[in-house]
Formats: sequence, structure tokens, C-alpha cells
Amino acid sequence: MNRHARSLAWSAAGFLIVAYTLFPVLWIVSLSFKKGADVHNRAFFPTEWSWENYKTVFASDLFAAAMRNSLGISLTATVLSVALATLAAYAIARLEFKGKKLVLSMALAIAMFPTISLVPPLFDMWRNLGLYDTWIGLIIPYMSFTLPLSIWTLSAFFREIPWELEQAAQIDGATPWQTFRNVIMPLAAPGVFTAAILTFFFAWNDFVFGISLTASDAARPVPAALAFFTGESFFKQPTAAIAAAAVVVTIPVIPLVLCFQRKIIAGLTGGAVKG
Amino acid sequence: MLLVTAYPMLQAVWLSLYSYRITDPASWKFIGLQNYAVILSDGLWWRAVGVTGLITVVTVAVELLVGFAFAVVMHRIALGRGVVRTAILVPYGMVTVVSAFAWKFAFAPDSGFVNSWFGLEHHDFFAQFGSSLFVICMSEIWKTTPFMSLLLLAGLAQVPEELQEAARVDGATWWQRLWNVTIPNMKAAIMVATLFRTLDAYRIFDNVFVMTNGAQNTETVSFLVYRQMISRTAVGLGSAVSVLLFLTVVLIAFVFIKVLKTDLSQVRGDRS
Repeated sequence: MNRHARSLAWSAAGFLIVAYTLFPVLWIVSLSFKKGADVHNRAFFPTEWSWENYKTVFASDLFAAAMRNSLGISLTATVLSVALATLAAYAIARLEFKGKKLVLSMALAIAMFPTISLVPPLFDMWRNLGLYDTWIGLIIPYMSFTLPLSIWTLSAFFREIPWELEQAAQIDGATPWQTFRNVIMPLAAPGVFTAAILTFFFAWNDFVFGISLTASDAARPVPAALAFFTGESFFKQPTAAIAAAAVVVTIPVIPLVLCFQRKIIAGLTGGAVKG
Repeated sequence: MLLVTAYPMLQAVWLSLYSYRITDPASWKFIGLQNYAVILSDGLWWRAVGVTGLITVVTVAVELLVGFAFAVVMHRIALGRGVVRTAILVPYGMVTVVSAFAWKFAFAPDSGFVNSWFGLEHHDFFAQFGSSLFVICMSEIWKTTPFMSLLLLAGLAQVPEELQEAARVDGATWWQRLWNVTIPNMKAAIMVATLFRTLDAYRIFDNVFVMTNGAQNTETVSFLVYRQMISRTAVGLGSAVSVLLFLTVVLIAFVFIKVLKTDLSQVRGDRS
């Protein structure tokens, strides 16, 4: 087989991967455009494309509240978690201290922790502290799960930054904070960004805490609301409306993936490879 | 960091020693290890462990195979490389609940296209244990294979090209090169990817909740915790199940790291 044909064969295989990844997405999008009885036509595509389901979803107070909760909670958790992780990872990368390896291993262990294990104690504590069904009640567990992950990702990035730059700044009379702010931060920005995206994905995706630690529109995020969504009236099958809502929740993810593909891959593989 | 995870965990251990239901505050009583005795002597717990184990083994095995194939393609592809690498992140970024709904509706007898495509009339996939589990695994595999394949791709990139070349010169077939050169050289990446995915698959919850809600005996360990805790408000019992779940996960990680010698520092390319 010549070189050209071989290259085409790999691209054909690549096309199959793309088809694999997009097929279910295409299906839920198609379903969300089905109107009335079309939902039950048992075909892949609707006979007539309609925005009806999106109108239902956006008219629903439940969904609007859930969307507000999801955005607010996810963004707050992301900002706080990444800010703290940046400081922690900087310390881990720069300072030599006993148990450094242990801290990093612990970070990884927590990231792999079964999320549901924290639900019973948090459920009990939050009810006593009045944090049950509040934004903070969700932001705290999200942070505790994403902090270790961010520290892990960021410390891999920080290790790449040369020591000498910092020493040069110190010799020029910069304070430690100035060094961190003006020398390290610009260099670490791509890493910080990556950590932020991964954190946002976690918080946006969460379902376990979302259903367990909330009880009403006050704090329930979209994935949890989706599972309880019943449509405009109790008697109408909510299938198509759920599909439309599902598409809306997916929308913030798509541009992130499209724009930051390289960064996300680098972050996921822990900085072991350069995308 | 430790405060927010370790403290609640200790709290869970402590709660698990009491008989306590929120709906019945008067029942608050220290009962020692009795909750654990109840759980471990109950078929419900063992069935949940069995189902979760089955899902974990099936999904991780399939993902290893498919993920490896994807990694090889992503490694070799020239034209369309960026497109494939972007597309592979779509399932990863998708909300699990959305993926669960997409697969559920696809297989559902009243709205799905699967039955009409395969000429199955009105077969209800969610009416039996086997087919329900099949759909749950499909959704899980679709959603998480990309993560697996990206970790494997990172491993693949670390296999020295010269070794491949040398083997080729010596007349090794494609299959021989795969088994004797590629796989031994990326063993660390394979082990790490398997460990991550095993622990992740073991806590499966979202898919089960959306698709069957635990019906047809598809209840997993995580789901059992949820049901005891939130639906039955049995704080003591729920905590005990969650402590047991945590211990199982620690055990799995221990086996991987100590017995199978998975080297975690490899993921980060640490050489020291």
C-alpha cells in the first residue's frame, strides 16, 4: 500500500471516530426538534422541524431557575477553586518540604473518591448548619472535589516554569508577591485556564450532589432538574422537552471544547504530553 | 482540602454507628456495628456490589479495546487530526445525565429509533435485567471511552519510534510489533488508565438513576447509598453503606497500586 492510500485509510478511520462521538448528540438534537406526535414516530429524524420544545423549555420557570443555579454555582466554584489551587500548586512546585509526594498522592486519591460517600454526612451537616438547598451547600463539595484535581494539573504546569526567571526578578528587587503576579502568573496562565475548564466541566456535570443536597428551585442545578422535569403539564410526556433542555445544557460545553481542545487534552493527561 | 473530605468521612463513620432516621428523631441510639451487620447479611448489598462489579468489568474491558483502537488512529492520522481530537472531547464534555437521556430515548419503545431500525417491534429494553444493563453500559462506554483513549494516546506517544523501526527491519509483523514492542512500552499508561476508569466506573450513578431508577435489579452501590439516605432518610444505615463503598474503592486502588504495581508518577511524565 502506498503512502497516500495509507494516509487516507487513517483519515477514514478518523471519520468513524467522529461519527461515533457525534451520533448520540445528533440524535438528541433531532429529537428535540420533533413536534407533537412526531416524538413517537420511532424514526431518527422528525418529519417536520419545530422550535416548539425550546419554547416550552424557556417558558418554564423551573428550567430558568435551574440554569441560573447551574451557571452561578459552577462559575463560583471554578473561580474559587482555581484561585486557591494556583497558590497551593505554586507552593508545591517551588518549595521543598517533607511529604510533598504524599500531598500530591492525596490530591489524586480525593479526585477518585466515590462522590456519593460524602452525601450522607454532608446531608446531615448541611441540614444542621442551614446550608441544605443553598448555593454554598453545593459550592463547597464541588470545591473539595475540584481543588485536588486543579492542584494536580497546575503543579505539572508550574514545574515547567524556569526557576531562573524568578531569581532574576528577585535580584531586580521585586517582592515575592510582585514576582508571583508579574512573572509567574503570565507564564502559568495557560495552565490556570486548563484547570478552570476541567473544574467547570466537573461542576457543570455533577448530578450526585445536585439531587441529594437540594430540594427546590433555590439551588437545584440543571442536570438534577432534568431528571425531575415533567413538562408543561403532568399528563404530557416530557420526552421532547427534556431533549430540548438537554441540548441547551450542552451548549456551553461545545465552544469550550472547540476553542481549547489542545489545552483540555494536555490537562487531562496531566501535562505528560504536549497536545 | 483534607478538611472538606476527611472530616465528613469521619462524620460518616460516626453516624454509621447509630440507628437514626430523620423522620423518627426519637430513634437516635448508639448501636455499634449493627448497621454493618444488617447490610452485610442482606442480599441487597451483595447484589448491588455484583451489579456494580459487572458494569465495571464490562465497561472497562470494552473501553480498553475501543480506546486503544481510537488512540492508535489518533496517533497515526495526518489529515483531519485536529477534527478527530476535537470530536473526541464531545462525549467527555457532555453532561452524563444528557448522555443517559439520549441513550434512554434511543432505546425506549415509545420514542426510540433502535427498535424500528433493527425490526424489534415494541421490544422494551428496560423490562429485563440484561438489556437494561446493556443500555446503561452503552451510555457509560460512549461517554468515557474518550478519556481512556486520550490517556492511552499519551502512552503511545512515549513509545520510541526507533524501536518500532528496528522491529520492522527485523521482519516483525504488525501484530508482533503490537504485542512485543508497543504494549510493553506503554504498560504504565495502560495500567493508570485502567485504574482511573475502574474507580470511576465503580461509582456509577447518573446513568442508573436516569435509565432504570434501580428497577430490574440494576441498583448499584452508589444508588443504594442514595436510596437509603435520601429516599428512606435512614442516615445511620446510609452512612454505613457509604463507608463500605469507600472501603471497597480503597481496596481496588490498593490492589492496583501494590499488587499490580501501577506507577502513578508515570502519568505526569515524572522521571525522578
